[in-house]
Amino acid sequence: MRKIYHRIIQISGNVITIEAENVANGELAEVRSDRGVSLAQVIRLNHNRVSLQVFAGSRGISTDSEVRFLGRPMRVSASEALLGRIFTGNGSPRDNGPQLSDNMIDIGGPPVNPANRIIPRNMIRTGVPMIDVFNTLVESQKLPIFSVAGESYNQLLARIAMQAEVDVIVLGGMGLKYDDYLYFKNTLDDHGALSRTVMFIHTAADPTVECLLVPDMALAAAEYFATEHNKRVLVLLSDMTNFCDSLKEIAITMEQIPSNRGYPGDLYSQLAARYEKAVDFEDAGSITILAVTTMPGDDVTHPVPDNTGYITEGQFYLVHGRIEPFGSLSRLKQQVNDKTRADHRTLMDTMIRLYAEYKEALEKQSMGFRMSDWDQKLLKYGEMFEDRMMDLSVNIPLEEALDLGWKTLSECFEPAETGIKSEMVRSFWPKAESAE
Amino acid sequence: MNEKKFTGRVTGINSNMLSVAFSERVIQNEVAYVVTDDGARLKSEVIRVRGQEADIQVFENTGGLKVGDVVEFSGELLSVELGPGLLTQVYDGLQNPLPELARQAGYFLKRGLYVYPLDREKLWDYTPVAAAGAELSAGDTVGTVPEGIFTHKIMLPFSWHGKWKLTRVCEAGAFNINHVVATASNGQEERDITMVQTWPVKVPISCYREKLLPVEPLVTQVRVIDTFFPVAKGGTFCTPGPFGAGKTVLQHALSQRSEVDVVIIAACGERAGEVVEILREFPYLPDPRTGQNLIDRTIIICNTSSMPVAAREASIYTSVTLAEYYRQMGLSVLLLADSTSRWAQALREVSGRLEEIPGEEAFPAYLETLVAGFYERAGLVQLNDGEQGSITICGAVSPAGGNFEEPVTQATLKVVGSFLALSRDRANARRYPAIHPLESWSKYQSLVPERIITKARLFLREGNEVNQMMKVVGEEGTPTSDFVVYLKSEFIDAVYLQQNTFDQVDGACGAERQKYTFAKLVQVLEKKFDFVDKDEARSYFLHLRQAFIDWNYAPWDSEEFRKAEAAIDATLAKK
Ligand SMILES: Nc1ncnc2c1ncn2[C@@H]1O[C@H](COP(=O)(O)OP(=O)(O)OP(=O)(O)O)[C@@H](O)[C@H]1O
Ligand SMILES: [Mg+2]
Repeated sequence: MRKIYHRIIQISGNVITIEAENVANGELAEVRSDRGVSLAQVIRLNHNRVSLQVFAGSRGISTDSEVRFLGRPMRVSASEALLGRIFTGNGSPRDNGPQLSDNMIDIGGPPVNPANRIIPRNMIRTGVPMIDVFNTLVESQKLPIFSVAGESYNQLLARIAMQAEVDVIVLGGMGLKYDDYLYFKNTLDDHGALSRTVMFIHTAADPTVECLLVPDMALAAAEYFATEHNKRVLVLLSDMTNFCDSLKEIAITMEQIPSNRGYPGDLYSQLAARYEKAVDFEDAGSITILAVTTMPGDDVTHPVPDNTGYITEGQFYLVHGRIEPFGSLSRLKQQVNDKTRADHRTLMDTMIRLYAEYKEALEKQSMGFRMSDWDQKLLKYGEMFEDRMMDLSVNIPLEEALDLGWKTLSECFEPAETGIKSEMVRSFWPKAESAE
Repeated sequence: MNEKKFTGRVTGINSNMLSVAFSERVIQNEVAYVVTDDGARLKSEVIRVRGQEADIQVFENTGGLKVGDVVEFSGELLSVELGPGLLTQVYDGLQNPLPELARQAGYFLKRGLYVYPLDREKLWDYTPVAAAGAELSAGDTVGTVPEGIFTHKIMLPFSWHGKWKLTRVCEAGAFNINHVVATASNGQEERDITMVQTWPVKVPISCYREKLLPVEPLVTQVRVIDTFFPVAKGGTFCTPGPFGAGKTVLQHALSQRSEVDVVIIAACGERAGEVVEILREFPYLPDPRTGQNLIDRTIIICNTSSMPVAAREASIYTSVTLAEYYRQMGLSVLLLADSTSRWAQALREVSGRLEEIPGEEAFPAYLETLVAGFYERAGLVQLNDGEQGSITICGAVSPAGGNFEEPVTQATLKVVGSFLALSRDRANARRYPAIHPLESWSKYQSLVPERIITKARLFLREGNEVNQMMKVVGEEGTPTSDFVVYLKSEFIDAVYLQQNTFDQVDGACGAERQKYTFAKLVQVLEKKFDFVDKDEARSYFLHLRQAFIDWNYAPWDSEEFRKAEAAIDATLAKK
């Protein structure tokens, strides 16, 4: 039996300090106060002084509250019993199901040995042209949706999850609005996907720092299904900005010198430790991570989206209900888009380049300049592009979208104006229709 | 060295930083091991000593460690093993071969598992070079073994001071790396020489006569680099850019197509997936220069972003030390570090935990010194035997928010010889490689005479000015002659600066071809065109561009190449 401590010598932010012996770094403890029991984790040791971050927050903790060490780090039950279940941010059941205790494994386990990874090779079809054609999603990719608050990013996340062919879905909610939680739950239910889903839900009403555990729990569960059951796992994390803000809060409490706008210098490493869990194995399953990163002040240079962008394999920019072609990027697309159709890459590059020129023409127009013939062509093209490709209500398979792309080009331009190499023009440029 | 080993005890734990009480002695930067409850020994490095307490950074996750745990001091600095068999390897930042770790531990990395960097069993065909009685100094050749296409020199260990006379040498034969191939005496003691030596990574190897000025161009086959912003063998260059601007794609292209002997890829704190591409593809990608596969000239140091951050810091030094080793053999080495910003961040994390007074953006005040020290390890040297060897360093820089006014970019700009600025706008417009032609610079010599480059640069600059102006006065307010300047600048961009990295032909533009195509480009620039209006000019240049792009995709000196060239000439003759 482990010793119980009753003397808290410091309470600061959500971190408490006690004097104790023989405590391990990262170990969990239960802190019992009049407000109830909260989990806490050892984050610093200095001689016999032990600092713990209290997940439910320190409010109401008294200097004589009870601290009992559990002799283990945070764990999650690695078992198929997870499927269909809903847990809170600290792993206790949120549904009415039983507490799981089978095969408990440590969360935040070691990284995959890079030598065991394989080159991602399977496209994940979503039916969204802006994704399938221009920013193809690939199994084992880690990719966030960059969005301002108020966009329907969770709807997009759910839509992709429902269209994607995966075996298991793990949803990690951080500061999730209750409505959004219900939305996810209902959508999964409507598609009959609940029974292959695990949810770790921390809602906006829960204590903020409790969301810190969510990504690690979700990913530990994902690793279990991918490596032990060879499953293709899709992990949804929304919203990672809340996770980062909790990291910031703890860092400031621990008097760490912030690097940028209050965020700790290890924000990059902290995020990478999570996102890098996305993986594809030769002889086991895979983990794909789709996350949401809301951008405070719509500023992509804010430390959270900035560090995220440096880690993930691209990002989808959600602006005014559309995935913006600029800034949106799937870095894995080239692993798969040479095997889809011979014209895929060329069409993708050309259409984006011309759309960029359209934007310039638009700018000129807005300044009241005369539009040249070329500008007129670009204006026509840009509008068609937005309607046919960017509108999120468009739901068509890749091949149809590619055909539509050629049709659009041929309705607007002469082949030479597109800069597509002649050989490609010969094979793909729509013939009869464009002659008019 | 084999004195008594000292020990200490953990008194504090702050993430991967431990305070350790000791009673005898510790050495700054020596390796220490923390012994865990289950007997694992976690590698660490002493990074500060104050009174009877040392601060050590642990190269592993410190979960589960306790105050009171035993720490063993090794008495040796953090070092790498140097010997035949380094090429083709994939190491972590501490030189553990990752495939072997995978074989022993499975999918995940295992804390405290370390294995020998070099194969102990493998036999190498050794040929003695120096005879018994020969007097050698550190770095002089004792014998050689073939390693792939290279003659790998077995050298008198770099750490041996003074003159050493070979007292015995072995005959030619097949031996493993630990075989004693010679013995040497300095008059006071006699030592064995094997095929492997160790060297502390944070100390530059300096067994050479002198450093020379880098002048010979390093051909990268990337047009915008070789022609406009060239790099010299032994030089340094950096590629800063916001996320997604193309730093990694560019470095991968350089690793495949650069005309150098050995390539060392330091994947430092970036994505594991990116290394996997190299790992899986290089063994099968032919190296046109040697007829071997690319992997045969490559070493990969892979300490990706989710691997321990202290080992990330070490990985940069590990990489450059391996580069120096091959330089000592008279080879040209290209070191690609992606990304030096992650290394700088590792330094920042350490500094923060040591509670040092921070500089800008919380980076340590000595950041500039360390960055300069790293790039200083590049260079062209004349070795003791008169041969030349070189290390060229390319560092990717990942500035926060894509803003170059930040400490790492600024510290790097002070010391490098060439600056390839990757731009967000160019990447967004898919103008790859997104090296900005007006912001980048180079102090090295181009393949093409400077006089001609200057002309092209002038067009780029003036074209940009016209473009800016057009945004204010509109196209109709711009004289056709100015408009043509703009079209010419766009033409340079489209057919020369932009290059399809993923195309085997366009992506690899050799020196001869660059000179040849650039001459044609200049012909276009210098030509006076007579256009009735802007629409005619635009349409003409679109056709010319098309012809030029087709030319770029035709294999050098092929029938197709000549046909495409004829098409360009015909278009030019029309006007
Ligand atoms: N030369 C190129 N040709 C075609 N596409 C490119 C090129 N360079 C970059 N890209 C596209 O941009 C994506 C991002 O490039 P890359 O991974 O090199 O960016 P990066 O600058 O290294 O970003 P980070 O700092 O996040 O690592 C690539 O996946 C690819 O889709
Ligand atoms: Mg990169």
